[in-house]
Amino acid sequence: MKEHDSGTRTYIVVWGALVMLTVVTVAVSYVHLGMMNVFVALLIASAKASLVALFFMHLRYENRLVWGFALAPLFFLVLIVVGTLSDTLFR
Amino acid sequence: MDPATAREAATLGIWTFLATEVLLFGGLFTSYIIYRIKYPQIFYEGHLKLDHVLGAINTVVLIGSSLTVALGIAAIRKGKVGLLRLYLFLTLLLAGTFLGIKYVEYTEKFSHGLYPDTDIFFSLYFMLTGLHGLHVLAGMVLLGAVLFLAGRGRYSESYHTPVEISGLYWHFVDLVWIYLFPLLYLLG
Repeated sequence: MKEHDSGTRTYIVVWGALVMLTVVTVAVSYVHLGMMNVFVALLIASAKASLVALFFMHLRYENRLVWGFALAPLFFLVLIVVGTLSDTLFR
Repeated sequence: MDPATAREAATLGIWTFLATEVLLFGGLFTSYIIYRIKYPQIFYEGHLKLDHVLGAINTVVLIGSSLTVALGIAAIRKGKVGLLRLYLFLTLLLAGTFLGIKYVEYTEKFSHGLYPDTDIFFSLYFMLTGLHGLHVLAGMVLLGAVLFLAGRGRYSESYHTPVEISGLYWHFVDLVWIYLFPLLYLLG
């Protein structure tokens, strides 16, 4: 694992992007898009989450093993949500 | 164990712990999705009663605290202990601000007779934000301990794994809020 030095400037740029995306997600919530509102909100949240994970959590500089550990729970999360929905939606 | 291996083991350890945390919140997110589909009207009316300005401010506060943690880690990677302590102190200040605003919000909800047993929306709201708030509190204890140990000269350019590991936990707490904010405050 490399001890990578991502500079102070990178962090501040990422922070700026996160604040911007927060403003965007609040602004979009005032526009009525129906079901698209949910989609857009989750898309923006996921973009923010990716920025935090890649830069603040240094995932960008980690090896494949760490990536595997980091992404594995997402698979189980999808499994829980889809599995439960496939039951409750069609009861 | 050589230092690099020890550091990798610690990193894998915290990510494994965070996986269990994803699934802890995941169960609640699943109930949120199911009940939102089942009772859209209750969720619509519930979200109108939340203060989305305070929610947005708290989002920015928490994102700011993630930045200060990241900058603190960058500082100790260069061996700057003083700077690390400053950034950790700022992080604790922001975390305290977050909980303070949460306290104001809760008080406001209670004064309007909105409690966890009001309806399914407020059950999920208090459960999700309450569990998240406990994580903020745990993070403050953790980062407070790191701040204390940094003051005792425990960390240096060559050894600062606990700082990085605690930082990962803190960013995770930020991540959860990034999803909680739109799901509870913004979506009607």
